[in-house]
Amino acid sequence: MSLLATTELRKYFGDVRAVDRVDFAVREGEVLALIGSNGAGKTTLVNLISGLFPPDGGRIVFRAADVTSLSVYERIRAGIARSFQLVNLFDQLSTLDNITLAIFAREGKTRSLGSLAERDAGVRDEALTILQQFGLRDKTDIWAGNLAQGERKLLDVAVAYALRPRLLLLDEPTSGVSTREKTPIMDTITSVVRAEGITAVIIEHDMDVVFKYSERIVVMHEGKILADGTPDEIRSNPVVGTTLLGTSAPAEA
Amino acid sequence: MSTVDPSPVLFGLTGRLRGAAFAVVLLLVLPWLIPPYQTILLSYGLIFGIAALGFNILLGYTGLLSFGHSAYFAVGAYAVAFLVKYLHVTSMELSLLGGIIASTIISGLFGAVCVRHTRIFFAVLTLALSQVLWSLALKFYWVTGGSDGLRVPTPSLLGGLIPGTGDKVLFLSRPYYYFVLVVFLASVAILWVIVNSPFGKALQAIRDNETRAEFVGIQVRRCRWLAFLISGTFTGLSGALWAPLNGLVTPDVVYWPFSGRIVFLTVLGGFRTFTGPIVGAVVFNYLETYAVATTVYWQFVLGAVLVILVMTMPAGIVGTVGRLALRIKRVT
Amino acid sequence: MVTLAIQVLNSFYYASSLFLIACGLSLIYGVMRIVNLAHGSLYALGAYVTAGAVLLAGTQPSGLVFLLLPAGAFAVAGAGAILEPSLLRPLYTRAEEYQLLVTFGLLLILEDVMRFFWGALPLFPSTPADLLGSSSILGTTYPNYNFLVIAVGFLAAALMWGFVYKTRFGVILRATSQDMRMTSALGVNVKRVYVLAFAIGCFMAGLGGAITVPITGAAMGMGVDALVLAFVVVVIGGLGSLEGALVGAIIVGFFRTLGINFFPEVELAALYLVAAVILLVRPAGLFGRP
Repeated sequence: MSLLATTELRKYFGDVRAVDRVDFAVREGEVLALIGSNGAGKTTLVNLISGLFPPDGGRIVFRAADVTSLSVYERIRAGIARSFQLVNLFDQLSTLDNITLAIFAREGKTRSLGSLAERDAGVRDEALTILQQFGLRDKTDIWAGNLAQGERKLLDVAVAYALRPRLLLLDEPTSGVSTREKTPIMDTITSVVRAEGITAVIIEHDMDVVFKYSERIVVMHEGKILADGTPDEIRSNPVVGTTLLGTSAPAEA
Repeated sequence: MSTVDPSPVLFGLTGRLRGAAFAVVLLLVLPWLIPPYQTILLSYGLIFGIAALGFNILLGYTGLLSFGHSAYFAVGAYAVAFLVKYLHVTSMELSLLGGIIASTIISGLFGAVCVRHTRIFFAVLTLALSQVLWSLALKFYWVTGGSDGLRVPTPSLLGGLIPGTGDKVLFLSRPYYYFVLVVFLASVAILWVIVNSPFGKALQAIRDNETRAEFVGIQVRRCRWLAFLISGTFTGLSGALWAPLNGLVTPDVVYWPFSGRIVFLTVLGGFRTFTGPIVGAVVFNYLETYAVATTVYWQFVLGAVLVILVMTMPAGIVGTVGRLALRIKRVT
Repeated sequence: MVTLAIQVLNSFYYASSLFLIACGLSLIYGVMRIVNLAHGSLYALGAYVTAGAVLLAGTQPSGLVFLLLPAGAFAVAGAGAILEPSLLRPLYTRAEEYQLLVTFGLLLILEDVMRFFWGALPLFPSTPADLLGSSSILGTTYPNYNFLVIAVGFLAAALMWGFVYKTRFGVILRATSQDMRMTSALGVNVKRVYVLAFAIGCFMAGLGGAITVPITGAAMGMGVDALVLAFVVVVIGGLGSLEGALVGAIIVGFFRTLGINFFPEVELAALYLVAAVILLVRPAGLFGRP
């Protein structure tokens, strides 16, 4: 039984078929990599699932409920959270505040006027724990805008994680980060995700990362799913090799 | 672009509390130290301080620039005038309540309309709505007194314990001043709590990154509406306080340069800090009084100050002083 | 029947002056993404400069007075050419709010500049209007000068259209408005384009004031009133659109003329409400880009 399944999902931008009748399913608990060349439709698919814009056709079913016409807010409440390719944080709030904000939103407290945010010990403790899990504990009071790029990427994921989702959609969590830093970042993310049993869909371009960290790979090309299987299956798939430039010689993980 | 209130870094909680306590004590004893005219002038400053704080909930904390806040100020002021004229209310407490209720309703209504948009369109929409009110205030002269306006006599305080009759200057510079001061302090306290609540944080999140705020599960439009409501209510509250002090309520108070004035004094003090608007209101009050007294071209002075301010000191008085102090602290 | 003809003429007269102000506002926004809150005051400045010039000329030979009419337009264009590089250019990289604040400060400054040079009392340079006399429209007398204003309005619309869509500079203007970085990468001197665009927008506003001043006169506060109306026009027609400015001006012109006749109490309020409704339903206006 899949956690998330799309049926005949379509999104066209004029003549461009960004997502072209895609049937995509994610099983509970798996870590899935979504790959493909630029313009293949990966980010559009994630945008559709997270609710940034409505599809032109097709259905999205999450935990046996049809979420196709739900708003972003409703989808988050249902358990879908995402991070962004171009880091999207509250740069003028502290690292801690970025997380506490997500927790307040999750608890439905964002319209509570009468209490002081700093005083909510429970929320603060939880936020500190999350920062600890993501290795950002020592950056608590620094403004998010002043963090290093790698730290910002981690915080972006941590904010989505703080919503305690069932499905985490991560859009290129290591883009813009030096190769050296990618491993620690991905190690952190996957250890947290696996420890909590969260299902994750990760868009990635770096094939080393893809083969090392995911247990299933879905390849998209020109709006359609080209291949779907384990890393070994994808590695030995000739069609994948020819359509995806730069994947002809993936490094051994 | 450092735009956060530097005072927590500079002073810490005890420091700020001490500073606030000092300010309160000063405000309490001032009427005994300065002439009555100055006390009345200060009352105006405090009243506009409340208006500016309310306005800044939208500008500084939610990132929405309204050019129509005169509407809520006017609703509060006219509500008092109507209560006095048509219902013969003499109690200030009742008038104040009436002003608050009226401005809450109007800002709730207008807010529902305006928060569907942002930035330029939001600004123009707020302006258009305040102009609607202005033209109504002007044209329906048999209700509002038209351009002549409505007179507002001094009310009684504490349910009649302190009558509004008698020496007007004495009343305005003592009992009424303390009434304004109490309401001012209460407003500052309430707004401070709101700004530091989870709601306040959500507003700042919306200001900084609307998309991410949505994807963190914040209901952006509803939060904005609530901010609008709070903002309009406090501005209306200040209008209600202003009416008896000024003695006269005319459509000038709804006309859009009046909205501009509220914007100006908030920016003057610094709209990215909590206390900035208060300082801006008080300073502007004196600036305007003496500019008007010195030259008939006071609009030029204000305009020039605004332009220079935005070009050179966009953080306003409090923001710039704070930044300088931070730099000094780092060096020493 | 008679009144209908007069109403139509009045509507077009009003639409003419509205178009001149609004198209300047729209052009400046379209090319530079600037909302100039002082735009109405520039219109007023144009009116005052022309009024001053015409009154100084006194009862000179008739031809001269008409030559003085555009004085306001040129003066305001010159002012714009100075203001853009000094006050507005530093703000392009900053948040929109700062633009609004600076142009509001400019509005205050201009109001008092006009008071300083021309005093607080209204001016009525009616000579050009008197010289043209009046005609009889279906039995009612109607000033001929109004026809001149209507003609100038439509001529300006045609010239602007030709300029923006048919000339080389117009192409550059449109390219810059769509993608400033790209145009600059292609070697276009964007700074020069901006100054020129701003100056042209100011010229139109000044012309609007100058051409109508013999009928409407020049008075304190006229700039503020004009600005809000110009905004209504541009909201209806769409910010950044030339056709929108024209259509919006005509709509508002008719609405106000009929309003003043049939529901004078609330015509102004009704107009602002219409603007508010349009902003809600179709914020881009009739012709604007969403």
